[in-house]
Amino acid sequence: MSATDIHDPNRRDFLYVATGMAAVVGAGAVAWPFIDQMRPDASTLALASVEVDVASLQPGSSLIVKWRGKPVVVRNRTEKEMKDGEAVNLADLKDPIARNANLPSDAPATDANRTTPGKEAWMVMVQVCTHLGCIPLGQEGDFGGWFCPCHGSQYDTAGRIRKGPAPENMAIPVFKFISDTKILIG
Amino acid sequence: MSEGHSTYTPKTGIERWFDARMPSPRLIHDSFVSYPVPRNLNYMWTFGGILSIMLASQILTGIVLAMHYTSDTNLAFDSVEKIMRDVNSGWLLRYMHANGASFFFIAVYLHIFRGLFYGSYKAPRELLWILGCIIYLLMMATGFMGYVLPWGQMSFWGATVITGFFSAIPLVGNWIQQLLLGGFAVDDPTLNRFFALHYLLPFMIAGVVVLHIWALHVVGQSNPTGIEVKSKTDTVAFTPYATIKDAFGMIVFLFVFAYFVFYLPNYLGHADNYIVANPLKTPAHIVPEWYFLPFYAILRAITFNVGPINSKLGGVLCMFGAIVMLFLVPWLDTSKVRSAVYRPWYKLFFWLFVADAVLLGWLGSQPAEGSYVFMAQMATLFYFAFFLIILPVLGLIETPRRLPNSITESVLEKNKGGSGHPAGATAAPQTKG
Repeated sequence: MSATDIHDPNRRDFLYVATGMAAVVGAGAVAWPFIDQMRPDASTLALASVEVDVASLQPGSSLIVKWRGKPVVVRNRTEKEMKDGEAVNLADLKDPIARNANLPSDAPATDANRTTPGKEAWMVMVQVCTHLGCIPLGQEGDFGGWFCPCHGSQYDTAGRIRKGPAPENMAIPVFKFISDTKILIG
Repeated sequence: MSEGHSTYTPKTGIERWFDARMPSPRLIHDSFVSYPVPRNLNYMWTFGGILSIMLASQILTGIVLAMHYTSDTNLAFDSVEKIMRDVNSGWLLRYMHANGASFFFIAVYLHIFRGLFYGSYKAPRELLWILGCIIYLLMMATGFMGYVLPWGQMSFWGATVITGFFSAIPLVGNWIQQLLLGGFAVDDPTLNRFFALHYLLPFMIAGVVVLHIWALHVVGQSNPTGIEVKSKTDTVAFTPYATIKDAFGMIVFLFVFAYFVFYLPNYLGHADNYIVANPLKTPAHIVPEWYFLPFYAILRAITFNVGPINSKLGGVLCMFGAIVMLFLVPWLDTSKVRSAVYRPWYKLFFWLFVADAVLLGWLGSQPAEGSYVFMAQMATLFYFAFFLIILPVLGLIETPRRLPNSITESVLEKNKGGSGHPAGATAAPQTKG
């Protein structure tokens, strides 16, 4: 390399930079579809909502529907379960946030915020433990709510984490009552 | 002992023809025939060969099983049962593959503990050790994904729990989890990609094994004394000495393997995996395959929050941290002496570490409640203390025993105390002066 090479950018410098940039952009453009194809596909996303008829659910009974491959529990809570849920002091909660997709993300985890206005007896909740995704068992454990057999997380009657390794309250999906006896989830 | 001059001399015309064009016979001769190995290697040094044969066995049985398996959630479980009942010799191939995974891990754990005991990871063998750690990681990924394929209850829930680890990552965790699953829960897309990757990874393992052996042949094998080879009398030729010893080790190992395949084929598995996967019902007690149990125990031991790190993220960090420790061992151990034979305190702590690893494994199989949680926390504490405190500090304060001047001297010294059996000289070539 002679001394004359060290001067203003010339045609060769331009080609170096242009080639390098094309290679970087090209590598990124090629990599993206390989990553993108791993995301949930259109058919998976199409299963995004289900309608549930809950006319037959008496207080103290629940049913489970599959939504996005996960179980969603619909529970018609008893008077006692509602009272237990309301009596909880918010300061005692491990996770003080409602985790209700129908409410702002910072809503406090009161019993009312875990349900929907006017239908406080009804719990509609993704029955998946927020620890590592097991299915907790209903109406078991120290708090009369849900108990996860995998790693021992315990939830209360409003599905809020009270004890064990799970970090969050169980999630409330987007849902609404489309009539007195029908719920649309998702 | 780095590669010396090649002693290969092509004898036939075909050999000469190859040697001038692509000297593969020379490479094989130099690597597996004339290659000098320390004369004092014991049977713990046969696991490299055993691991190679297990990898080959897994790839062979796996390719054949893939010809009969269907990776569709509606068909996967039945296709495995079809292999067991309908496919000719299918039961044997599947049991060889399933138990082969376990025996692969038995061999790799013995191989790793061998390395830890004799300080095989110390300079100049750090890269050799790290390549081994990478193989171990790839093996874990392969083993995990393989366990998902039969689509039983443990397959499904094991996959759910393990992919759930990634949701612990702050901010991007859920996105990464969905990227791995191809959906919102373990389902058809998950099974298909796991099958593709389970087929791919063993070949990547084979590639890293080549690098592992390459690195081994540059720095030479370690040996029970931990002293480098100094002269030609310290070594013997790979063939016949190491070849025969490795072959004998393999045969004994394969006998035990065959015993499990034929008489205890489901002993190392879990009965729940013969129940088809049900996304709406978690088994009462999820356990991973036995070879993941110590790490599973560490994961579950973290039941408390530490500052901004919640118990879930903390558990996942500790679990992965437990594997990261292995990668750091060459720099955590500050002792200048390699072999535990000459390190009385390290020897003690090494066996305590082995006991701790076994204890963690047992705790991982127990429910996470009551005193088991506390025991797992203590065992986890010791696990990390061994790497982060004991290894660095011991190297500085321990007084090692006197090292022999050479491998030859150590072998002859050992032999002096033994009974005089002149006929044994031919049977034990390593003791010949």
